[in-house]
Amino acid sequence: MTSLTVIYTGLMYFATIILIVGIAYRIYEYSRTPAPLVIPTTPAPTTNSGVVLRMAREVVLFESLFKSNKWIWLFGWLFHVGLALVLLRHIRYFQEPVWFWVEFIQPFGKYASFMMIAGLAGLWARRFLVDRVRYISTPSDHLMLALLVAIGMSGAMMTFVTHTDIVALKAFALGLVVFDLQPVPEDPLLLIHLGLVALLMIIFPVSKLLHAPGIFFSPTRNQKDDPRTTRHIAPWAAALERDKI
Amino acid sequence: MAVAEFVIPELTEYTVVPKINPGAMEKVKSFVAPQGPQEYLGYPWELGADWKERAIDKMGDLLGKYRSLRVFMDACVHCGACTDKCHYFLGTADPNNMPVARQDLMRKVYRRYFTLPGKIAPWLVGAEDLTEDVLNQWYTYYHQCSECRRCSVYCPYGIDTAEVTMAGREILNYVGVGQKYSNEILVKVQKIGNNLGLPGPALEDTLLGLEEDIEADTGVPVKMPLDVVGAEIMLVTPSADFFSEPHVESLIGYAKVFHAAGVSWTLSSKASEAGNFGLFNGSYETMQKVAMRIRDAALELGCKRIIVGECGHAWRVAYSFWNTLTGIGYGGEDPFSKKLQQQLDNRYPQPMHICEYTWDLIESGVLKFDKSLNDNRVITFHDSCNVARGSRMGTEPGGQFTIPRNIIRAVANNFQDMPDDTIGEGTFCCGGGGGLLTDDLIEVRVKGALPRMNAYNSVVKGNQVNFLALICAICKAQFTKVFPYYGFDRGQVGGVHQLVSTAIKLD
Repeated sequence: MTSLTVIYTGLMYFATIILIVGIAYRIYEYSRTPAPLVIPTTPAPTTNSGVVLRMAREVVLFESLFKSNKWIWLFGWLFHVGLALVLLRHIRYFQEPVWFWVEFIQPFGKYASFMMIAGLAGLWARRFLVDRVRYISTPSDHLMLALLVAIGMSGAMMTFVTHTDIVALKAFALGLVVFDLQPVPEDPLLLIHLGLVALLMIIFPVSKLLHAPGIFFSPTRNQKDDPRTTRHIAPWAAALERDKI
Repeated sequence: MAVAEFVIPELTEYTVVPKINPGAMEKVKSFVAPQGPQEYLGYPWELGADWKERAIDKMGDLLGKYRSLRVFMDACVHCGACTDKCHYFLGTADPNNMPVARQDLMRKVYRRYFTLPGKIAPWLVGAEDLTEDVLNQWYTYYHQCSECRRCSVYCPYGIDTAEVTMAGREILNYVGVGQKYSNEILVKVQKIGNNLGLPGPALEDTLLGLEEDIEADTGVPVKMPLDVVGAEIMLVTPSADFFSEPHVESLIGYAKVFHAAGVSWTLSSKASEAGNFGLFNGSYETMQKVAMRIRDAALELGCKRIIVGECGHAWRVAYSFWNTLTGIGYGGEDPFSKKLQQQLDNRYPQPMHICEYTWDLIESGVLKFDKSLNDNRVITFHDSCNVARGSRMGTEPGGQFTIPRNIIRAVANNFQDMPDDTIGEGTFCCGGGGGLLTDDLIEVRVKGALPRMNAYNSVVKGNQVNFLALICAICKAQFTKVFPYYGFDRGQVGGVHQLVSTAIKLD
C-alpha cells in the first residue's frame, strides 16, 4: 500500500469519526440543556403534529427565510437542494449493487452540482455587495464558502471535464465501508476533492454548520403553543419553587 | 413640537433600509443603576476586580440553563436575513442594531471562551476577548433592543435576539452594571406592589375618584372594587391604567364591561401591576418573584378567574410563563400548582386576556353598543410585539390578531389596517418596549418608532385615520411621547377598551 493510500484511508476514517461523534455530542448537549420557558414564536402550532409540520416546512422549504428575503432564500435553497441531491447521488460509491432510487437520481444529482455552485456564488456575492452582510461577514464565513465551492467545482470537474477512474474510486470507497482497504486513485483532482470533504467533515461539529442539527432544537420553532393547559417546568426551575409551597 | 438634540427621521412612504452608519448610536446610553436597586436585587453595583471571571462564569451558567441561548450561539450562519428587520436598525442605521450584530456582541465572547476554533484562532471566526470595551458595547446595545422578537420571525433557525439580550442584561447585572430604569421599577413593584410605586390608599382614592367620574358622565354607578375577598374575577392590569392618560380610559372600559356583564370582580392592591420587568432583565428568579405576587393575591382573595388588562409584555408573561412560574393555568401535577389550579374555574382558560373576555361577551350578545359614538374616529390597530409574537388569544393560533380587531369592528364603524408587512406577526415594535421607556433613551425611542410612524402615516394620509388603538401600556406611553416628534397629535393614541368604553350601552 502506498503512503498516499495510508494517509487518505486514515483521513477518511478520522473525519468520519469526528463528524459522527462530534455531532452526536452536540445533539446530546442540546437535548440535555433545558428550555425552562415556553417561547415559540407565535402564531405557533398548538399540537405536536403541527410542530412537526412547521419544522418540516422550515427544513424543506426554508419558510422563515422565504418570508424574510427572496434572494437569500433562492440562493440558499438552490445550494442546499443541490447539495442534498449531490450527496444522495454519492451513495452509489458506497454500495454494490446500487439501490434503484440512487440509480434514478443519478442524472439529476450530476447536474445538481451546478445548482449547488450557483447558490453558493449568489450567497458569496451578497457578502461583498450588500453592505449589511459585508459588515457581519468574518474570514471564516468566506472560507466556508470557498471550501464548499472548491468541493463542488472539483467534483463537477471530475463529472463533466476530466473523468477520474471511477471504478478504482468505487473500490476504494467500498473498501472503506467493509474494512478491506484498497488503493486510492492517484488523480490530483480526486485527492483535492476528498481532502476538502474530509476537512469539511472535521470542522462541522465546531463551526456554524451546527445550524443543521441546531434548527431541530430551536425552542422558537420546536415548541407548541399550549402554556395555559400544560405546565412546563425545567428541573432547575422546579428546585426553586420547592420551598414556596 | 418637542425639542430634540438629535435629528428626527423624515417620514417616508414606506420604510427604506438605510446604508449602515457604524457607531451612529454608540454614545446613547441608558443611566446605570446605583447601589440601592442593585443591592435590593442582589447584584453588585460596580465592577469588582474579578468581574471578567464572573461574567464568563455567568455566561457558562446561562448556556447550561437555557437551550435557546445554547443553540442560538452556535446556529447563526451570518446569512443576513435579519439585518433589515429591526426597527432600531431601520431608524438609526447603526449596524450594531442589526439583530445578527447584536447577537455577535455576545457570540464573539462565546466563541473565544467556549469553542475550540475561538480558542485557537480567534481572528478566523470573529472571536474576541471580553474587555471593558466589549462590556460597554453590551450595555449600550443590549439597551437598544426592545426584545420584540421581530427578528425571530425571519431567522431561518428561529434565533430570537430577545433571548440573547436577556442573557446579556443578566450578565451585566451580575457583574454590577444594571440599568437604572428597569431595576428601580423592579424594586418598586416588589416593595410597594406596582411599577409606579403607588401605595394601596392612593390607589383606593384614585378608584373612588374614577367611580365618581363615570357616574357623573353616564349616570350609572359603575364600581371599581379593590381587594374584595370572594369576588369571582381578579383583574390584574398595568399600574399605568390607574394614573396615566390615555391608559385610564381603558380601565374605565374594563369596569363598564364587568358592570354590563353583571359579574363580581376586584382589583388587588398587592397585585396592582400586571407588568413584569423581570422579563426584560432576563432573570428567571426575579420574574418569578414578581409573578408570585399575582399567585399570592389570587390565593388570598379566593378568585375563580384571573383576567389581565391591556399590557403587551405582561400578557406574554401571563399567557406563556405564569403557569410555569406560579401555577396559574392547568396541567400541573405538583402540590405547588395544584393548590391554585383547584381553586380556579376550569371552564375558562387561565389567565384570560381582557380582550378575550370582552369578545366572548360580544359574541354571546351580552354587550350592546352604539357604534355611532365612535364615528368621529377612523381607527387603526397596532399589534403589540409581545402579544403578537409571544402569546395568543382565543383557541386558534393568530387569535391575538383577530380578537382585538373584531372588538374594534364591533364597537366602531371605521377601521383600516396599516400595511400588511407592518402588522400581525411582522408588526413593528413601538420603539419603547423591553425596558427602554425612559427619557435617557429618548433618541433610541424616537428613531426606533420610525417604521411604525411611517406605517401609521400611510393610513393617515391614505385613509384619514386619526386613532391608533393599542392593547399595551408601554405602547400607549411611548406613542403619546413620540407622536409629537413626528407631527401627530398625541390625542390620537388610545386603548381598545377606550373605544369599548365610548360605545358601550349601560343600564
